[in-house]
Amino acid sequence: MRSLFLPLVSATMLLAGPALAQDKLTVYTYESFTAEWGPGPQVKKAFEAECSCAVDFVSVADGVALLSRLKLEGASTKADIVLGLDTNLSAEAKATGLFAPHGKASAPVEIPGGWNDDTFLPYDYGYFAVVYDTETLKTPPKSLKELVEGDATQKIVIQDPRTSTPGLGLVLWVKAVYGDKAGDAWAKLKDRVLTVTPGWSEAYGLFTKGEAPMVLSYTTSPAYHMIAENSEKYQAASFEEGHYLQVEVAGITTTGAKNPLAAEFMDFMLSPKFQDIIPETNWMLPAAATDKPLNPAFDKLVKPSKPLLILSEDVAANRKAWVDEWLAVMSR
Amino acid sequence: MLSSRLLPGIIALSFIALLIGGAFVGLGVEATKDPTGALAAFDSYLFRIARFTLWQAVLSTMLSILPAIAVARALSRHPSFFGRGLILKLFAVPLALPAIVAALGILALFGRAGYFAGIASTVTGSPWTGIYGLSGILVAHVFFNLPLATRLFLEALQTVPADQWRLASQLGMGARSTFRLVEWPVLRAAIPGIAGLVFMLCVTSFTIVLVLGGGPRATTIEVAIYQALRFDFDPARAVALTATQIALTVVMIAMLSRLGADTTGDANLSVARKGYVSVPPGERVANMLIIALALCFVAAPLAAIVLAGLQADLARLFSEATVWRATRTSIVLAVSSAMLAAVLALALVVARRTLELARPRGTRLPLLERMTDSGVGFVLVVPPIVIGAGWFILLRTTVDVFTVAPVMVVTVNAVMAMPFALRALRPAYDTASERHERLCAQLGIAGWNRLRLVDWPVLRRPLATAFAFAVALSLGDLGVIALFGSDAVQTLPYLLLSRMGSYRTEDAAGLALMLGLLCLMLIMAADWLGRETSHER
Repeated sequence: MRSLFLPLVSATMLLAGPALAQDKLTVYTYESFTAEWGPGPQVKKAFEAECSCAVDFVSVADGVALLSRLKLEGASTKADIVLGLDTNLSAEAKATGLFAPHGKASAPVEIPGGWNDDTFLPYDYGYFAVVYDTETLKTPPKSLKELVEGDATQKIVIQDPRTSTPGLGLVLWVKAVYGDKAGDAWAKLKDRVLTVTPGWSEAYGLFTKGEAPMVLSYTTSPAYHMIAENSEKYQAASFEEGHYLQVEVAGITTTGAKNPLAAEFMDFMLSPKFQDIIPETNWMLPAAATDKPLNPAFDKLVKPSKPLLILSEDVAANRKAWVDEWLAVMSR
Repeated sequence: MLSSRLLPGIIALSFIALLIGGAFVGLGVEATKDPTGALAAFDSYLFRIARFTLWQAVLSTMLSILPAIAVARALSRHPSFFGRGLILKLFAVPLALPAIVAALGILALFGRAGYFAGIASTVTGSPWTGIYGLSGILVAHVFFNLPLATRLFLEALQTVPADQWRLASQLGMGARSTFRLVEWPVLRAAIPGIAGLVFMLCVTSFTIVLVLGGGPRATTIEVAIYQALRFDFDPARAVALTATQIALTVVMIAMLSRLGADTTGDANLSVARKGYVSVPPGERVANMLIIALALCFVAAPLAAIVLAGLQADLARLFSEATVWRATRTSIVLAVSSAMLAAVLALALVVARRTLELARPRGTRLPLLERMTDSGVGFVLVVPPIVIGAGWFILLRTTVDVFTVAPVMVVTVNAVMAMPFALRALRPAYDTASERHERLCAQLGIAGWNRLRLVDWPVLRRPLATAFAFAVALSLGDLGVIALFGSDAVQTLPYLLLSRMGSYRTEDAAGLALMLGLLCLMLIMAADWLGRETSHER
């Protein structure tokens, strides 16, 4: 047994990082935030220089896992800040009673439609959009209606609202535009859907492999291809009815309310030092003023004339029913 | 003396029971806070997805098992030809690939933009719409499971004593009689176990079913369990769904076990040289054709993955410290899990055989003996996310969950790989025991000496097979750490998915290639350690 036990123990010791004892701020977030190309490393460096403290990121798979993780830990959570929920999850997160008010009378937030929430503050936002391949799709749909009623041989890959946030985003988008008729819209759109993937990565992977000319993604997706790959092949289609908004937020937990660094971090988050980092690492739009102008590629992106957003409380109350409606139609 | 052969098996069983039971206790405690979800889980939706889950799993199992028997037989008839070793090693690689990588490999051939799309469009006269739907799910499942089943059947065929081959050959038996009298009895005994494994892998399929299924019509219970734990955070519902999944599988496996039959082993020591097979030329051609077809089916998607990987900036990837760190982490975790899996499986196999020997022939199987064999296989239908979440709840107040994440990964992967290792080991151990038991008893060889002198030489090769599968399975899996912070377990597949999740699809393709190569190298190392030494006859 010893030969078996040793690698286990040494693996544990090697892989478990050392704990820090100085002033510390623990931020729970999602993995793409802390990835080396994500905003995490730069944010950590910039804030640590300012606060003379240590920032400890703990990352889980995505915003949904973040909320589950928090519910699992309950009041004993080590998180001071939870960063990475979106407005579709925030009411549910608030209902756990694990968050404290941020206490900022006026935050310098610049979000379409304004911001009014005493618990969460936004750090970036984006719009869902249908991204298409300009080489295979010459006439992209100009509205959600055209997408729903258009040529069924031109396929789209979407994500499953049962397992993914963009998937839920599309359900809410259709709901915001079609209301009670959402079921009928899905019944038509169904024929255009090539497949429904568990997450964004799989859908985008199929799309870039050329399996379908369209995918549900963000208006900011083309910015990545323009800046990092110098390619204008992939573009977002602008929809007349408007685009559904996804606002990513952070909040102070009841644990964090006792840590003065938490409030300091929330101020930092809305300062240009944090906001400058966001566009080209998280590929979302800044939620407050930046010092540097954005890369010109961002000027070429679709700018929705009308942001669509269903109130967080309404989403929390109806999410299950709306997803079930989607499921019933799509399973037919 | 009996107890010293039984004890490790009982410890292994307790360990597995603790891991699974603990998870259910953890989730159960959480579920009592709001138990309504458990009852609400049983609706028409569950009925529908349960039906689909079973249907696709039954079809996938049949389509994997039947050809696998033919391929394994062909391979066993030709014990040495150029490339045979490589084919067998390649056959373990699909298991190490994350489902989405395999799906993309398969779509590179059969997708709407795949290599065959042009031909298919010409043949059918209308634009090829890809293999989305049940057919896509089946192709992917056969891609994963045909090679797995082939290797396990081959492992069983290799227990046929060389004397029997020689005898068959001396009696001038044709291929048909050899199959009926020599090969079929061994294969038949192995079918329920192997089919059970494949069935369970298909029941719990998640990403493949969603990505290739073409829509939520194709949904497994596993998807609902993930939804319950991740999106809805409803532990009661998750527990109820998992229990349903296990119950359905138990019923199906019980039906499967009726297909099998116990064989009477050959208690004589083998005197003939290994590999004494003469194959008539006609059959030789047929066998080579079967092997070539299977190889094409498995290797073509792998080739597509390699081609995609070569497009990546491999030089840059190789120079990244993160990539090396992830590779190292992957190796440490996978090798640890594989060793633990092999030890667990060996303990269980020995205990099962000991119980069988102690039981009068023809009596009903007692529970303990069942548990040491097919019973432990059911761990495969407990979703890793359920084990992860359950233990998270149990541990959250007592220990730092981040430090136990690696231990969790190793343990869960080991237990999930154990049923495969078990299938690889059992035929060899049982056959050896049948032949050596009396001799050992007469000569008073027991304990360590017996393991070293009698069992080890016979078990080396199947242990290498067991280890290879365990490594492959452990390399690919990620489910258990979904909720634990995972900075400490950044493995290659983890890095791959994370690159894929941030537009870096080329990097992801490159990493998939590296993952496949790493798997192949670890399997080669295992094979080398398990090679049969020259003084053996």
